[in-house]
Amino acid sequence: MSTFRRQGEHCVATFAADEVRVLRKVASEVVGLLTEGFDHSDPVVGRLFPDTYPDRPGDSAEFRQYTEGDLKTGKIDQAGAVLAALPPMTGGEVRLDAEAAEAWLRALNDARLAMGVRLDISADTDLGDELDDAVLHDPTSTRVFQLSIYAYLGYLQESLLTALIDGKLAD
Amino acid sequence: MGGMAAPQVAPVDAPDTEDVPVADRAWVTIVWDDPVNLMSYVTWVFQKLFGYSHEKAEKLMLDVHHKGKAVVSSGARERMEHDASQLHAYGLWATVDRA
Repeated sequence: MSTFRRQGEHCVATFAADEVRVLRKVASEVVGLLTEGFDHSDPVVGRLFPDTYPDRPGDSAEFRQYTEGDLKTGKIDQAGAVLAALPPMTGGEVRLDAEAAEAWLRALNDARLAMGVRLDISADTDLGDELDDAVLHDPTSTRVFQLSIYAYLGYLQESLLTALIDGKLAD
Repeated sequence: MGGMAAPQVAPVDAPDTEDVPVADRAWVTIVWDDPVNLMSYVTWVFQKLFGYSHEKAEKLMLDVHHKGKAVVSSGARERMEHDASQLHAYGLWATVDRA
């Protein structure tokens, strides 16, 4: 698995072909969810666009009316920043300035939130145990694949955040 | 403190905190615990959006984690709505309520 490291003003990582394929798929799925697939009854949309006033449905709806468009555009743009910076499908280097690194952090977080809802991740979930159980049940299952990607995205997000913060401390 | 005359405080003088009209401090932004967001990421978002020190941001993150929620800012309603929107852009689960 690739790790981001700091190089001067940039956070840099070298991705293998399968990592590029996974990141492209995940970011594209987020874009799909926010565009043609946008559905307020989808729990993933509910998590990415939470009610601002849970006890005041009228106020929540009004707030949503004024802010949802910008929030959605921002989320599409940050997923787009991931797609734009990815190397060709054969793999290669990703080099992010601070602005792109922050867009990536937000986009990786959105992707993890979406997968977390689909995988039913809760406060009690131990990812290692969950993955072991899924492998025992059926190592070729979609759930094993999805849990592995979820774990990978968390690892990648943590490494990018560390690289970004390290650079700031060194300034 | 000793050795100095007690200041003569007129009854009309009020502490600084009350200079802000009550209506402008009457709302709060709350962040709720979430099983997905990384602790380091949440701390970083609090520092970035609110300019909090690492210590303060980390304490707020731990409050969210252990108590299920924490008030991360307070003030006028419009300001809290702005904060909640920003937090949603970063994927944090934020709501606005009366203080």
